[in-house]
Amino acid sequence: MSMTDHQRLGLKERYALMTRDLAWDTTYQPMDKVFPMVHYEGIKIHDWDQWSDPFRMTMEAYWKYQAEKERKLYAIIDAFAQNNGHLGVTDARYINTLKLFLTGISPLEYMAHRGFTHVGRQLPGAGPRVACLMQALDEIRHAQTQVHSMSNYNKYYNGFHDFAHMIERVWYLSVPRSFFDDAYTAGPFEFMIAIGFSFEYVLTNLLFVPFISGAAYNGDMGAMTFGFSAQSDEARHMTLGLESIKFMLEQDPDNLPIVQRWIDKWTWRGTRVLAIVAMMMDYMLPKKVMSWKEAWEIYFEQNGSALFNDLARYGITPPKCIEWAAVDKEHISHQAWATLYQYGAAAPFHTWSPTPEELDWLSEKYPNTFDKYYRPRYEYWAEQHKAGNRFYNTTLPMLCQVCQIPMLFTEPTDPTQICYRESDYKEDKYHFCSDFCKEIFDNEPEKYVQAWLPVHQIYQGNCFNPDVDPTAPGFEPLPAVLDYYHLAAGRDNLDFEGSEDQKNFAAWRNLAGRD
Amino acid sequence: MSNVFIAFQRNEETRDIVDAIVEDNPAAHVDLQPAMVKIDAPGHLVIKRQSIEDRMGRTFDLQELQVHLITLSGHLDENDDEFSLSWAN
Repeated sequence: MSMTDHQRLGLKERYALMTRDLAWDTTYQPMDKVFPMVHYEGIKIHDWDQWSDPFRMTMEAYWKYQAEKERKLYAIIDAFAQNNGHLGVTDARYINTLKLFLTGISPLEYMAHRGFTHVGRQLPGAGPRVACLMQALDEIRHAQTQVHSMSNYNKYYNGFHDFAHMIERVWYLSVPRSFFDDAYTAGPFEFMIAIGFSFEYVLTNLLFVPFISGAAYNGDMGAMTFGFSAQSDEARHMTLGLESIKFMLEQDPDNLPIVQRWIDKWTWRGTRVLAIVAMMMDYMLPKKVMSWKEAWEIYFEQNGSALFNDLARYGITPPKCIEWAAVDKEHISHQAWATLYQYGAAAPFHTWSPTPEELDWLSEKYPNTFDKYYRPRYEYWAEQHKAGNRFYNTTLPMLCQVCQIPMLFTEPTDPTQICYRESDYKEDKYHFCSDFCKEIFDNEPEKYVQAWLPVHQIYQGNCFNPDVDPTAPGFEPLPAVLDYYHLAAGRDNLDFEGSEDQKNFAAWRNLAGRD
Repeated sequence: MSNVFIAFQRNEETRDIVDAIVEDNPAAHVDLQPAMVKIDAPGHLVIKRQSIEDRMGRTFDLQELQVHLITLSGHLDENDDEFSLSWAN
């Protein structure tokens, strides 16, 4: 056909031609052999052609708009680097959010890339395969643009030097990593719900929208541009996740209980991982856009209830964990920051006591909980620090077998009591942070008994470099673990107060005449 | 009724896009935040190609929204003339 004919085709026709006319059923080998993973999860699909991408994106349009996004993004990143943009951020404490981002989130983008290439190969429908292909390309773009953008900071600040090594080893990074390991090792349909629904719909809206708006507010053009550029793809990913859920539910009534269990499981998995983002918003952004609680109400409660009300026509009920999470929203950021503050000797970024003004902001934003449960603790630590006793906890915490977060969350009925749950499985006892992590384990114990729990691994002697002898007299385990993490003790870790980052930022700002 | 929403980066092009949305959706609420703009509407929101073209004074392909889009919520339906979001409740 000529170009003119092509241009006369509407969006729907172009999409249909690409996803229907270019697909075929195999004949040399039966389809079941070519797509071996499509049945074992129990999901029944009768007509893959019923699946459709509402954006109706063709490859031609995809390349065109993605190229445009990249041109805009790199123009901004170049300008930011050329203009010493790092000196324009509100204060150097902010830069620590980027260390968490690079070590804890960017590697997940790469894992998502791998996941979607795998799942795109396993789904027989042409529509979802094309959508998975695009998402796989998006995800590797996100990993690359984040690494490029944050490499500017690596030239000047500590802690950015070895994220790919750290994601496999550092204790708190096992939280986001295990989320993706769990999704990636599930079947293709569960992966679509884990990532398309939980990660995209629940998580990224909270991370890439209010947090990135906060990055912009704190003067970080680099993070603003990679964040919004990534989230423009996420809008397509959320649509894919929602379309996948609807498609499974419309194809066969037997799919409902399976999909419901995955929605319950992954809503909770996503909620737990968000504790890190909660703390970034409430404690790590020097200038605040909104509190974690406010962001949660807008992007999870309002948006989530709109979604669950909508899915009610298929028989989906809102996950039970939502009520628990509604209590947690007033606690988790304070509990997570308190934990990282205590373990600030073992993390490759700096922690600090909130300033008196920041404490007042937290009191105002959390009138039901902050003054009563958290403010006294932070004030006590700040006093101790002033007196020369900065508190570092050197006892390793117990971890939840499923979400891998230290036991730091409290009972929903009593914020003074740490929440512990346990299950027995084949002679061993397993520990959980909540009813829902326990339920996830009880549904698939053979999967979660294999969890690589950093604290267990340290105690078993698996987190030292090969030349280390833990039986040597006077052996100190913590420095040996930090070496294994490639963390330079005294430089990358400890309090922000007195850090090299703090001193350099102040000196360079002064030289640049910015203060 | 649940709200649908859409958010864009704030720039010269989205100024026209947001103006067009506001005119075509009288119930829409516009929330300006640092570097972004979020538009909420009860139940339904439509973005019309013609309204954007009238403001920009040039042809506009609705798929260009991809470049400025940050996030959205609701079921999406897109054709050459309209981009709509809705909840069925």
